[in-house]
Amino acid sequence: MRRPLARALTAIAAAVLLAPALAACGSDEPADLVIYSGRNENLVKPLIEKLEKHLGANVEVRYGDSAELSAQLLEEGDKTEAGLFLSQDAGALGALSKEKRLAPLPGTTLDKVDPAYRGSNGDWTGVSGRARVLGYHPDQVPTPPNSVHELVKPEWKGKIGFVPTNASFQAFVTGMRVLEGDDATRTWLKGLKANEPKAYENNLKVLEAVDKGEVSLGLLNHYYWYEQVAEKGADKVKAKIHYLPKGDPGGLVNVAGVGILEGADEKQAAYAQKAVDFLLSAESQTYFAEETKEYPLAAGVKTAEGVPPLETLQPPRIDLGRLDSLKETLAMLQDVGLV
Amino acid sequence: MTSPDAPVRTENAPRPEGATAPSGRRRAPVRPPWILTVPATAAVLLAVLPLGYLAVRALERGPAYAWDVIAEERTGELLLNSLGLTAVVVTACLLIGVSLAWLTVRTALPAARAWSVLVTLPLAVPSYVTAYAWLSAAPSLAGFTGSAIALTLASFPYVYLPVAAALRGTDPGHEEVARSLGKGPFRTFLRVTLPQLRPAAAGGGLLVALYVLSDFGAVSLMRYDTFTRGIYTSYRASFDRTPAAALSAVLVLITVLLVAAETRTRGRAGYARGGTGTARRAVPAALGRFKPLALTWCGAIVALAVAFPLATLGYWLAVGTSATWDPATLTTTALTTLGLAAAGAALTALLALPVGVIAARHRGRFAQLLEQAAYAGHAVPGITVALALVFLAVRYARPLYQETPLLVCAYAVLFLPVAVAATRAAVLQAPPVLDDVARSLGRTPLGVLREVTLPLAAPGVAAGAALTFVVCMKELPATLLLRPTGTDTLATRLWTETGSGSFAAAAPYAAALILLAAVPSYLLGRHRT
Repeated sequence: MRRPLARALTAIAAAVLLAPALAACGSDEPADLVIYSGRNENLVKPLIEKLEKHLGANVEVRYGDSAELSAQLLEEGDKTEAGLFLSQDAGALGALSKEKRLAPLPGTTLDKVDPAYRGSNGDWTGVSGRARVLGYHPDQVPTPPNSVHELVKPEWKGKIGFVPTNASFQAFVTGMRVLEGDDATRTWLKGLKANEPKAYENNLKVLEAVDKGEVSLGLLNHYYWYEQVAEKGADKVKAKIHYLPKGDPGGLVNVAGVGILEGADEKQAAYAQKAVDFLLSAESQTYFAEETKEYPLAAGVKTAEGVPPLETLQPPRIDLGRLDSLKETLAMLQDVGLV
Repeated sequence: MTSPDAPVRTENAPRPEGATAPSGRRRAPVRPPWILTVPATAAVLLAVLPLGYLAVRALERGPAYAWDVIAEERTGELLLNSLGLTAVVVTACLLIGVSLAWLTVRTALPAARAWSVLVTLPLAVPSYVTAYAWLSAAPSLAGFTGSAIALTLASFPYVYLPVAAALRGTDPGHEEVARSLGKGPFRTFLRVTLPQLRPAAAGGGLLVALYVLSDFGAVSLMRYDTFTRGIYTSYRASFDRTPAAALSAVLVLITVLLVAAETRTRGRAGYARGGTGTARRAVPAALGRFKPLALTWCGAIVALAVAFPLATLGYWLAVGTSATWDPATLTTTALTTLGLAAAGAALTALLALPVGVIAARHRGRFAQLLEQAAYAGHAVPGITVALALVFLAVRYARPLYQETPLLVCAYAVLFLPVAVAATRAAVLQAPPVLDDVARSLGRTPLGVLREVTLPLAAPGVAAGAALTFVVCMKELPATLLLRPTGTDTLATRLWTETGSGSFAAAAPYAAALILLAAVPSYLLGRHRT
């Protein structure tokens, strides 16, 4: 009777002891720089390898969701081992900046980026830009509208695709609130809701829906279209995209950015500083331009083939740091019944 | 109602002190031996750690602020949404779980053994995969309906398993008496069998309820605003941990209420077989003209819960243009997942053992408090539990932070109730009279535990460990935050691949996860107590 139990206990003990061995960490040597990345591993990994070569140092990256990582960094406080936070959006960086968790960046670094695309406290900077665009199906929509305000007209009823839960969509609504005020934004959202837009779970799904003609118009980020064209070939992608002119709120340019954590030890802080400069160097900026089709923000790097240069766009002028009032945006979206 | 119709045992009648239970069981001593109390208390303290963190965070700006968050109109809406979804899913799971258990265990269902394995397999499919499959097939399902379908199909085995085990373990004698008195098989089932299954079904239903309350994967894909989704949104929208903690505290309160309700439902009888005679297998009930109907029912559930998500995965694998099969990464990731889940299951089972034994064998305030506390954090979203452990570890266990042991502890905190429920049920099925005999022969409490109770309960405890193993494999939010930097599990890889929009590249990881989780699920389905 006692044997099987003893065996089971031995097995359990073995499992507990063996697990750490099986789940052994990637490297045993201590990291010179620890990065928390809210940007997807598939996207960032090649760049991190370049960074390791450039620094001649051992870089460890922890991948997660930007908002959850920023909560984790706040929870870790000054005990964090992270030196650098690479965020998918400006909002998470703004939150850390507010709590004084980010170290100021030197002027020489900040000067590389247009002030419109970095934190107003000088403690974070954008490294790549993404523009909001209007996707359209050319057969159904010969001339796409020039403003999101047209989308509330009855002719678009049931013909619009969007991602209500997507951070970029929510940032656009926040931008509209900053630019045009809460009342105007609420009215617009109600108008959109009345047009029965179709909700999808991500930008790619919206693009596919436009491509199939399931919807005529889609609200999305610009790079999804270029990635589709790169993957499938231009003749295989029926959908087109339109950059909204004249500072329309639907043409917001948001950024993915980076900040150095306050309180990192000197050695790591030095590496983190070098890493920020590397991310703003021609090599990294070219990587963002070519690989992710995003807008390079520094080093005079040109956008990818076929992507209109940033200076030809007419995005609304807005302090990205003010896009952190997401809570009110969500309350409004919930109130109107879009999420 | 005539007297033969009445259930044979009166489960709920309060008994006077010291009276003898129907199963010949004396009222157990209120005080469990210290050999159980000490480790059980330690296990429960670990499980309630997150609650301490919640209190700190929720109250850091004063109780007034926390109350304002809780008192918002929106909180009420979220709560109604969550409770509505929970009620529907639990009801559906009880219907599906109990009916399938009866069909596979007690009737002459063709290929009953195969069915009992098949209906356990949905455990292996993560709720987000099920939700994704349904959403791609029918986008209009998004919302309450889709969430209810996905969660029901993902969690009915939590009811099926304990009820099937109870059906195998209960004495068919009572039913035979009812049948001999001329009652049909269905009447007998309703009047005699069902009351005996109530504790098992209630325990399973409780696990389902807590699972639904804390699930994020399915409801986020289905865009249905539950309490848990509200908590995640709160982190993502305001980067503020205080409202999220205040909302989580409400979930803790609901959990405590649910656990208390379940304890009530349980009744006060012993569920071991009566003291005389040997266990007999029940004679399977003939299904007669209902056979096609029964087969259709089992087939439909298996098709919807297993075949359909697998077919969707197969489709991803087949059409993937961006699919990258990387066998080396896949193998490493699979091994890591197995190691972590095994350690998580082992630790959880170990911690659950004393708690489960006390819950089964002892009454009184202390025993009840212990069991309820073990459940308290179970409905709190994974992200909140993870942040709690981040908070505690960076302050008080720095060397463990972002190392494997802490992640394994997180699994134990998250899934302790799963193992406690299984252990408790297993110990309940072991006749307590044997413990008494061993005690009277001079064995110490530890000796009784080692030589009598545990060997009898071992298969059930192992089943609980297998179940925990499966849920550990599927865990995502806590794994993301607490894993050693650079370590990947199948669930985190799946998250990464879907995050970059390549479902085709995610498919191999999802397939591997389901395949590996299917092994313990298969064993659970075959498991015969």
